[in-house]
Amino acid sequence: MTIPNIVGAGLIVIGAGLGIGRIGGSAMDAIARQPEASGKIQTAMLIAAALIEGIGFAALFAS
Amino acid sequence: MTNKKLSIKITFLLLVLSIFAIGQDHSNNAEDVHGTPVEKDVKAEQKEFIDHHLKDSYDFSLFSYTNDEGEAVHIGMPLPIILFDKEDGIKMFMSSKFHHGEDIAETGGVFYKVYHNKIYKTDEAGSLDFDEHHHPTNYKPLDFSVTKNVAMILIVSALMFWLFTNLAKSYKTNNGIPTGAGRFFEPLILYIRDEIAIPNIGEKHYKRYMSHLLTIFFFVWFVNLFGLTPLGVNVTGNITVTLALALVTFFITTFTANKNYWSHIFWMPGVPKLMRIVLAPIEVLGMFIKPFALMIRLYANMVAGHVVLMSIIGLIFVFGNWMGGTLTFGLAFGLSILELLVALLQAYIFTMLSALYFGSAVEESHSDH
Repeated sequence: MTIPNIVGAGLIVIGAGLGIGRIGGSAMDAIARQPEASGKIQTAMLIAAALIEGIGFAALFAS
Repeated sequence: MTNKKLSIKITFLLLVLSIFAIGQDHSNNAEDVHGTPVEKDVKAEQKEFIDHHLKDSYDFSLFSYTNDEGEAVHIGMPLPIILFDKEDGIKMFMSSKFHHGEDIAETGGVFYKVYHNKIYKTDEAGSLDFDEHHHPTNYKPLDFSVTKNVAMILIVSALMFWLFTNLAKSYKTNNGIPTGAGRFFEPLILYIRDEIAIPNIGEKHYKRYMSHLLTIFFFVWFVNLFGLTPLGVNVTGNITVTLALALVTFFITTFTANKNYWSHIFWMPGVPKLMRIVLAPIEVLGMFIKPFALMIRLYANMVAGHVVLMSIIGLIFVFGNWMGGTLTFGLAFGLSILELLVALLQAYIFTMLSALYFGSAVEESHSDH
């Protein structure tokens, strides 16, 4: 592991963390507004988070 | 269930657990006797151990320790090795002949050697020729061995077959009410049907995809759970396994797709002509990126979980005192609970995304775009 690789991995983690954080935060807002739809919101949240996670991992392996 | 039956089951479970407990005890003692003098090597040893755990291996070793005479003792079982040699035909022998990769195996006058987890053909002295990149140039026979991962896949498959055929049979004998483990699995199966398959694929087509979705969900979940047991297997943390799983999803999507799916890829309806030409290559790329992401996601999640868990357990030996040990034990315990959740979540996500892709493959065309 060289220094550029480590910096790149850090950047990826920051990006993915921001993305998943936003999804989670928005889902919390949505559940607070519409508690009866929490099941559907959770499913949609997990899918969106999984997509970001997939790209994040792909980038981590490339770095 | 009668009380007697239950008590027999509990006794059996305790017996199985105690085997692991005894094994754990042995290895700890050995660490105390022989681990302390070579203090400087603890980190390197750990890294090697984690690397070894993440890889597939030719024998099913449960644990190993150094005994009082200073010899390494491996507890586990050998697995069959099946090689297809271009010159000498099919060779079958047990992996105990390799003595955990330390020896040369001889079978019918032909010699094989394990080097960096790969089998090479060699001579009686076990010499290997290397090229300038330090890769052996010896002949590598086609390897169909039942390795640790393959053995685990077979065990899980057998377990699933037994479990779910029994579940299906129990409906017949008990007026449609599941018994035993079925009471636990029925809601899960219904959840996959009602919450994953039907909303994503649609009432009309979901039935023909159910077998694949259920198989993939339970297979990934069980294999992930076995990865958390002291058996020390890491099946879904092997990229070829997840590649195979993702390929099945990819093939099913591609071969059951209707006209509407292909038109959305090559000639997107409802956008200007120029955009259609730009979109086509992106969509074709997307066809392959979807299963690729499935593969990477499961693989990376499991590898990351195993590495973090093992590193934290390894901290016990780095600290080497009771305070560090207690602290890391608590951390490892919490993380194991999290890994239990991840095991289920990854199985769910894999199934969910597969259902989503199948849904896009059988979607009927809408007039509104």
